[in-house]
Amino acid sequence: MSTLLEVSDAHVSYGKVEAVRSVSLTVAENEIVTIIGANGAGKTTLLSAIMGVFPLKGRVAFLGEDMARLEIEDRVARGLCLVPEHRELFATMNVEDNLQLGAFRMSKAHAARGFEHVYTLFPKLKERRKQLAGTLSGGEQQMLAMGRALMGSPKMLMLDEPSLGLAPIIVAGIFEIVAKLRQEGVSVLLVEQNAKAALNVADRAYVMELGEFVLNGKASEIATDPRVAASYLGFAEAAAS
Amino acid sequence: MNTTILLFLLQDGITNGAIYALLGLALVLVFAVTRVILIPQGEFVTYGALTYASLAAGRMPGTAKLAVVIGLVAFAFDLYAMRKTLHVPRIARAFGLNLAFPVAVLLATMWVADQRMPAGVSLVLSLLIVASIGLSLYRIVFQPLAHTSVLVLLIASVGVHLALQGLGLLFFGAEGQRGPTLLTASATLGSLRFTGQGMAVYGITIAFIVGLWLFFGLTLYGKALRATAVNRLGARLVGIRTTLSGQIAFLLASTIGALSGILIVPITTLYYDTGFLIGLKGFIAAIIGGLISYPLTAVAALVVGIVEAFSSFYASNFKEVIVFTLLIPVLLLRSLAAPAVEEEKD
Repeated sequence: MSTLLEVSDAHVSYGKVEAVRSVSLTVAENEIVTIIGANGAGKTTLLSAIMGVFPLKGRVAFLGEDMARLEIEDRVARGLCLVPEHRELFATMNVEDNLQLGAFRMSKAHAARGFEHVYTLFPKLKERRKQLAGTLSGGEQQMLAMGRALMGSPKMLMLDEPSLGLAPIIVAGIFEIVAKLRQEGVSVLLVEQNAKAALNVADRAYVMELGEFVLNGKASEIATDPRVAASYLGFAEAAAS
Repeated sequence: MNTTILLFLLQDGITNGAIYALLGLALVLVFAVTRVILIPQGEFVTYGALTYASLAAGRMPGTAKLAVVIGLVAFAFDLYAMRKTLHVPRIARAFGLNLAFPVAVLLATMWVADQRMPAGVSLVLSLLIVASIGLSLYRIVFQPLAHTSVLVLLIASVGVHLALQGLGLLFFGAEGQRGPTLLTASATLGSLRFTGQGMAVYGITIAFIVGLWLFFGLTLYGKALRATAVNRLGARLVGIRTTLSGQIAFLLASTIGALSGILIVPITTLYYDTGFLIGLKGFIAAIIGGLISYPLTAVAALVVGIVEAFSSFYASNFKEVIVFTLLIPVLLLRSLAAPAVEEEKD
């Protein structure tokens, strides 16, 4: 598997406060990588900086190309896509328009295929296609945010807290889709507080604390690490025994 | 007051209101997409009107040369921005938009100024000149400031207004001008007489509003503009360049401004600084619409036009005072409804 995304020695600061310190990570083709960590660890900041929303010191390469001088829009054109924590939908526009704009850079034929694909993955969106995005439920908005990102045929999708505030049954559906994306050749970098669900679906994982990676490895191994079990999976005693 | 006067004032108010509606819609569009309160909208009105009047009189307007000069500066800005990633198609696009387009318009203008062409040709050339100026102004002044606060953008906007007004005096002189009417036909309905120019104002305003509605509702670029207005970060995340949205917004605003000027210059004598006052009335309508709502802005513009017509009949000395005072109760009501508004951050 060749490397798709390579982040080396990344630092991200808000003024004098360094939110991300000396972080390095890689994501290969057809791979799901997750970053788990407590609230405020710097996961969302890192993802946003990789996308170009915040300035980042260090190196970000996508398909071997240095991203330093590229704007967000150029990174989207290269096949890197972010579904942010707050989804950033076009609330006063309907589902269909949101999806159509996801394929803004694509041809009409490509957009038509994209609609078919997204409606197959998320049939609920087809039922709601004339409804305003701002009036959808939380789960539907998450589906729309993911669907809108997929309309642009990304090579890699970065998902920031896709399960945040959603009912367990909807979360399960979202993670099923994440697994399906890998089969379709889309790599995923997943930031999650729901560590259990994230580690179940991921190939590899990084654990982030106070802006730094403190642990990384295969997701199955991370899931059985006693420190992770104690801090993020809520079964410290079981892991210790 | 008898019915004839009442109807006449209403007709006059609606004609002016239609112009203010166009200007108000342009102001709302530019603010929603770029957060710029477009004070120089009035100068687009003046430049459009006086360029049209100059061409019709067989004179070469200075605005055509200004378009080339600021186009050259805009191209230099683009080249500097692209110095590290020399991307040939992008350079070609910048060259075409910033330089080749205004130069072609200048050559056409020089040729037309000698020929005394029909009013339609002067109208199209005037629109193209002002559109080119609008595009370059966005590139030079507002695009580099896109990430700053609304206040900084407003200060820049005032600066552009003052600069354009000064240049207007240089190009057109202190004397007022009138342009030829677009339609000479007229019709009478009861006691009301509809002039061809009045009908052109109604027809073009309605066509433009319908055109804008179709553009925003049906086309991908129109939807991209709406998306940028609704959520700037969301738009960037799907690959919509906010600079492209800004360009389209300024292109539309400058064209609408120029068109408004061309529509009124056969009815009213316009001076180099008249546009500011006309633009301000569009601004009042836009403020009543909360700088957000297009339909509310259009309705408010008609109200402004009608109030202005009645004020000039009853108290012509206080006409402007009455019109601008409309703003106070609206601002009071709005401030009560939304006591604190935080500025949007990217």
